[in-house]
Amino acid sequence: MTTQPYLKFEQIGMSFRRGQMASEVLRDVNLRIERGEFVSLIGHSGCGKSTLLNILGGLLKSTNGEVFLEGKVVDDPGPDRAIVFQNHSLLPWLTVYGNIAIAVDKVFGSSKNKAERHDWVMHNLELVQMAQAKDKRPHEVSGGMKQRVGIARALAMQPKVLLMDEPFGALDALTRAHLQDSVMEIHARLGNTVMMITHDVDEAVLLSDRVVMMTNGPAATIGEILPIDLARPRRRLELATDPEYARCRAAVLEFLYARHRVPARAAA
Amino acid sequence: MAATARAAASVAVATPVPESSAEIVAFRPPVRPAMERALEVARHVASVVLPPLIVLSITLFVWQLLCSEPGARLPPPTKVVSDAWDFIANPFYDNGGVDKGAFWQISQSLGRVAIGFTLAAVVGIALGVLVGQSTWAMRGLDPIFQVLRTVPPLAWLPLSLAGFRHADPSALFVIFITSIWPIIINTSVGVRNIPQDYRNVAAVIRLSWWEVFYKITLPATVPYIFTGLRIGVGLSWLAIVAAEMLIGGVGIGFFIWDAWNSSRISDIIVALVYIGIVGFLLDKLIAVVGHFVSHGVSAQ
Ligand SMILES: Nc1ncnc2c1ncn2[C@@H]1O[C@H](COP(=O)(O)OP(=O)(O)O)[C@@H](O)[C@H]1O
Ligand SMILES: [Mg+2]
Repeated sequence: MTTQPYLKFEQIGMSFRRGQMASEVLRDVNLRIERGEFVSLIGHSGCGKSTLLNILGGLLKSTNGEVFLEGKVVDDPGPDRAIVFQNHSLLPWLTVYGNIAIAVDKVFGSSKNKAERHDWVMHNLELVQMAQAKDKRPHEVSGGMKQRVGIARALAMQPKVLLMDEPFGALDALTRAHLQDSVMEIHARLGNTVMMITHDVDEAVLLSDRVVMMTNGPAATIGEILPIDLARPRRRLELATDPEYARCRAAVLEFLYARHRVPARAAA
Repeated sequence: MAATARAAASVAVATPVPESSAEIVAFRPPVRPAMERALEVARHVASVVLPPLIVLSITLFVWQLLCSEPGARLPPPTKVVSDAWDFIANPFYDNGGVDKGAFWQISQSLGRVAIGFTLAAVVGIALGVLVGQSTWAMRGLDPIFQVLRTVPPLAWLPLSLAGFRHADPSALFVIFITSIWPIIINTSVGVRNIPQDYRNVAAVIRLSWWEVFYKITLPATVPYIFTGLRIGVGLSWLAIVAAEMLIGGVGIGFFIWDAWNSSRISDIIVALVYIGIVGFLLDKLIAVVGHFVSHGVSAQ
């Protein structure tokens, strides 16, 4: 018997049914992820990345195959697979603090007392450098800050796997770089297992241990997996001239734009 | 407070001489910010308060002109005030029976609205949340709601009297049934419009059904609920005045009917003004509460 991987996608297939029409989005997706690994999922828009992530998150039920986390079948959403959504999805009527507290109170309601929960909320806000804005409401802080709070909320659940769906997609380049650095720091400190969707080649190579590249839909699957053997901590300035970095980057670009370019409508 | 008053006073002095020459401008700057702010406030107040005042004065004036001739059917404003002076000046008198001052009449009506409308709000929000949860319920019930909401308040009264056999519960029922529809409809639309993101968050942290209801559904729907409540409170005020005319007793609606039967036209006109003002205040009250409760979260 081989040892069970920490996280395993086994023969995942997904079809959406709308009346008589069925569209097959994913077919035969197999992937193993080790504990502490940072994996990014890259592929053209609409190929099924979010669908795959949401299956892992339990928000969608796959039509074929199963996802196993620590040997157990994943079949519902839960805090052990906390999700950072693309559009932050903070609750606008709660403060920054309240948005994290609602998760902490629910997840640790029985295992931590009130003071401990408060400390834990503050600890996670400090982790993303948002402690000073704890009493602001989401609409009072910038897009980058909202996303930091979204990350803090997910981290505060102490997930077994942290899921991120294009977490920096809506941010400007500078803010994005800043947040990428924060995520790398946090990953170095906490050693979370992370699965992140991105469409940014540099982001994938910079952050990941492995880049999982998906073919185009319909019936998309994993086309290739590229290990990124760059020493950590990684610094974007030094990497700019690193030949290994350039090679990885070229490999992903080659996959996306030479072998799996989207036919005709690619422009968008 | 005192500073503003002083600033306003100095504005009052300063404004009549705007073009009084350039040298004066030269030693103004230090005073300017406060003065300018006061001026701005004054201008704003003027722009809000003046137009209605002007229109009201013109209306009263035209009314006075039209109704001053000897054969006029309705009294002019001056006569309304002098005829109804007892009613206006003594809102708190109580001669027993239905012969009570405006305050008692209005509070009796408001009390009925408070009960009927509160019931409508509680039941309406609960039903709206239930209906909003399910596309099927929405499709099935929406046409029924849309038809029922157009039934005029008084049309419910005979049915209500037949069912309850007493005037008071019937009046409450009429308020309830008139004001509940917009509350149900708006609440259910609000529930349907809750972004999927919020539901996903609730699912990931595994909120229970009850927690989803009061931590996500209610707050996310508050702006819609209050839109429904505002329409509903207006309708319930319409309904109570109409219902009281028929069921009698103390209340501003029956007061009007009573005044009509004893040809006190001026009292009727004053009562109409009171009804209008109370309706306006009810609407504003709900709007303010809504703003406060929703923490400024607006309907997207
Ligand atoms: N709930 C759904 N019902 C029907 N089709 C869906 C649904 N969700 C996603 N799809 C389709 O599945 C495909 C993959 O979507 P998605 O996973 O969001 O792509 P990506 O995240 O890679 O951009 C798209 O063609 C999309 O239209
Ligand atoms: Mg997506």
